[in-house]
Parts: sequence; C-alpha cells; structure tokens
Amino acid sequence: MSVDLRSKDELRAEKRKNRTGIFLITPGLLVLALFFALPVVILLAMSLYSKPPGAEVGEFVPGLQFSNYATVLSAYWPELLRSFWFALISTVLALLIGFPMAYLVAVRLREKTLLQGILLVLLIAPFFSSFILRTQAWKQILADEGFVAQTLKFIAILPADGHLTATPFAVVAGLTYNFLPFMVLPIYANLGRLDTRLLEASGDLYASPITSFAKITLPMSAPGVFAGTLLTFIPAAGDYVNSALLGNNRDTTMIGQVIDSRFFKIIDYPGAAALSFVLMVSILILVTIYIRRFGTEELM
Amino acid sequence: MKQKIGRWLIPVIGGAAFIYLLVPIAYIFVFSFNDGGRANLQWQRFTLDNWMNPCGAPAVCQSLVHSLQIGTVATVIATVLGTGIAIGLVRYKFRFRKLTDVLIILPLATPEVVLGASLLAQFLNLGWELGYGTIVIAHVVFCMSFVIVTVRARVSSLDSRLEEAAADLYASPAAAFWKVTFPLLLPGIIAAALLSFAMSFDDFIITNFNSGAFQTFPKFIYVSATRGIPAQANVIGSAMFIVALLVVVTGQVISYRKKRQLENS
Repeated sequence: MSVDLRSKDELRAEKRKNRTGIFLITPGLLVLALFFALPVVILLAMSLYSKPPGAEVGEFVPGLQFSNYATVLSAYWPELLRSFWFALISTVLALLIGFPMAYLVAVRLREKTLLQGILLVLLIAPFFSSFILRTQAWKQILADEGFVAQTLKFIAILPADGHLTATPFAVVAGLTYNFLPFMVLPIYANLGRLDTRLLEASGDLYASPITSFAKITLPMSAPGVFAGTLLTFIPAAGDYVNSALLGNNRDTTMIGQVIDSRFFKIIDYPGAAALSFVLMVSILILVTIYIRRFGTEELM
Repeated sequence: MKQKIGRWLIPVIGGAAFIYLLVPIAYIFVFSFNDGGRANLQWQRFTLDNWMNPCGAPAVCQSLVHSLQIGTVATVIATVLGTGIAIGLVRYKFRFRKLTDVLIILPLATPEVVLGASLLAQFLNLGWELGYGTIVIAHVVFCMSFVIVTVRARVSSLDSRLEEAAADLYASPAAAFWKVTFPLLLPGIIAAALLSFAMSFDDFIITNFNSGAFQTFPKFIYVSATRGIPAQANVIGSAMFIVALLVVVTGQVISYRKKRQLENS
C-alpha cells in the first residue's frame, strides 16, 4: 500500500499544474469535438434521412432509412472498389520509386552534404507549388497533341488513335506522382539513421547484397515504409482531383467524384453522406488490419 | 557483377524519380512565359507580359488574396490551439487520455472528402452560410492535427530537467516556460506553422465542400481547368515556389551558421 507523502503545498501545486494542463487542452479539443466528432455524427444521421413523398429537390426529413446504404452501394460499388484498387497500385508504385530515392539521398549521398541538401530541398519542392496546378500540368503534358503522346505514337508504342489522358494509367500515374513525397520523406527519415557499418559487416560475413538488404536495410526502414504507405494510401483512396482532371470518364471515376456530384449536382444529401460514411469506415477497417498485421508498438 | 548492377540501379531509378517529380514544376514555370492567351494550352511564343502583369487575368489575384488570408488566419489559430494540446498532452495528467488520442489521430486517418462532407453536413444542419468563415473553420480542423503531431514530437524529446533546473534557480513556472521551454520548442512550432500554411494554401477538396461561391486559388484553377488556365496562374504558382524555396534555403543557411558558431565557441 502506498502512502501519499506529499505535503499540502505540493498537493496544491500539483492541482494548480493540472489546471494549467486543462486550460491548455480544452480550447483545441473543443474545436475538434465541435467540428470533427460532431460533424461525423451528423453525417451518419444525414445518411439515414428520407425523402418525404412529393418533396422538392434537396428536401429531406430526419429518419432511419437504412435502405439508403443499399441503394448507393448497389449503384456505386464499382467506383468504391476502383478507388481502393487505384490507391493500392499507386501506393505500391510510390514505394518502388520512393525507396530508391530515399536510399539515394539518405545513404548513398551521406558524405556529399551539398548534393544531399539540394536533393532534399527538391524532395519537398512539390509542397511549395500548387497540387492542382501540377496535376493540370500533367494533363497538358500527356495531352493527345502533346509531345509525349506524339512521340509514343511515332515509335508505335501507342496506337495512332490511342490516348494517354482519360485512361486509368493517367489517373494512377497522377496519384503516384502527387503522393510520392509522402512516401519518400518518412523512409528518408528512417534511412538517415541507418548505420552503414552494419552493411559492411554483413558483407564481410559473406552475405549477398540482397540478403543484407532484406535482413538489415529493410527492417531498419520498416517504420518509415509503414508510415509512408499509410500517408499515401489514405489520401489517394479519397482523392478525386486526379480522376477528374486526368481521367474524367466512366473507367476512371473514383468514389470522391461520386460523393462530390451527389452533394452538389444531384443534391442527394443522404446518398452522399452514406457513401462518405462507407468510405471512412472501410478505410478505418483496412488501416486497423494493416496496423495489427504489420505495426508494432514502436511504429505508432 | 551483381554488386555493380546494385551500384548503378539506385542512382538511375532515384535520378529518374527526381525528374518525374520535377517535370510538372518545370512545365508550370516554362508556360508562365507563354504568350498563349486565355487558355495557355499550346506553346506560342516567349513573353514577359504575364510576369509584368500578374493580375492581368481577372479573378486570379482576388483568389490568391483570399487563399493567403485564409492560410494566415487558419495557421495562427491551428498553431496556437495545437501547440496548447501538444504541451498539455505530454506534460500534464488528466482523464480521457485514450479518447483524446483518438480525437487527434482520427482526422489524420480520414480522407479529405469525408472531412469535407461531414463539415458540410454540419454547416447545412446549422444553417450557416458557406464562405470565408466556414473555410477557416475547416482548415483549422485539419491543420490542427498536423500541428499537434509535429509539436508533440518536439515536446517529448525535450529534457524536462531543464525546467526543473530553472525552478531550482527560483524561476516561476511562467518564467521557466517562456525563458526555457518555449525557445526550445520554437523551431518545432515554426515548422508546424509552415506546414499548416502550406496545407491550407494548397487545399482543394475540403475547401470545395465548404466554400459556397467563395473562390480560393486552388478552386480558381480547378474551375478554370476545363477552359484552360490563364498564364497568370502559372506566374503566381512559380513565384510562390521561388519564395518558398528562398525561405527554406535561408533557413538552412542560418541553422548551418549557428551550428558552426556553436562548434567554434
């Protein structure tokens, strides 16, 4: 049994200290509660609204119409699946491209401080320029009359009537491009601490470079890979700027576009809310499984 | 032989990836000098007119001013509130800790469409008119989580014995905080504020849900994308890029000099 040995003064100081803590935390938490938690609850409620008979467009009454979910899911399951599929491909591509980038800057150029500094600035450069402007730039670079498409047609990689934009390829390339820095930076942060003497030691012990990579480099960078994949997958699954600008046809529509158009063009608030809620819950489930499967305490 | 391939593979893939990353930025810069008229889709001829007259296209500058205002206001609020939470969470004990953690992490694991849609549902329910105010609220919410995570890492790595030492030297808790803790946290807070401004300034999806008819810079570009974006947008995009680059490089040089000074003294 423990006895509280603190004096009255100390207890009073402790109390005052905790009051400061509450004062620091409350305003911010209030904002999160009012403008994040409450809106999610309202979104859930709105997804169950029903349309009274003879109502005008955009007129709904609170209700418990669970069939809203069945309606939107039966209509839009392909877009929902496509969003996760595109997000998954982009995440894998970003990892395959991003890992060598991070390794190059963090390990190979460790001695060359100036070059390393320049590449590091270039790595965060995309954050300094507008995301939509860059996506629009891709659209123009890949356009039918553009240099890239013309060259590919000339060397007959692309058929004469083929397109680069308005294809799933363009959308996935755009997603990979836009979220690549989110993959590279966490991996870079982890590889920066990699002790290269470990690689030398494993080489001295006759490990092949592939074995050294699998047994040392990869495990050491695992927290970065883990964070990077989440930071790429989650925003990619909900994105609709890439699919709207680089795709914009039936083969490339992602769920975000559907939610946007049901809110603003079709004025179907319950349907849009139901789809948003499904998207949020599916991502949370996927992320939880992923964390359980691959995450350890130190990753969090 | 195998080793040789490995030696070349990484610089080649890495180098190609850097080109991939920078091509659109170079494209934006090059086309800011294009005399391409309203649409700016095809290269016509070199001109400096767009740079001499960046507000030449109507509505570009107006939307830019809006974005700068919103970015500043949202950043200040998010940084103050987020820093409070970050310090409070690390340094003080209180109940509902798990719940608080969930409340902070969940916005980061929620796609922007859902954040935007849920706030829209809230504003529709409250009957608030969409515009400047609702955009600021939305931006504060998503920026705050990033501020909390960034600053909290800084607070956790701080040696709490420094504050105890200050207290032993008869500094009041307030004096210890402002003279010892705060200056040590400042680089983290500045980094969080810069990140927050960049995210707010560049946000499209959440803004699109909560802005009504109000134009921001990303929204202006998205809306005009179908008709072609005026070259002035490229000028502003390139100018912002150059300014941000200068800020980063200056920051690096200053911290490098300070380090050298500390090592020499």
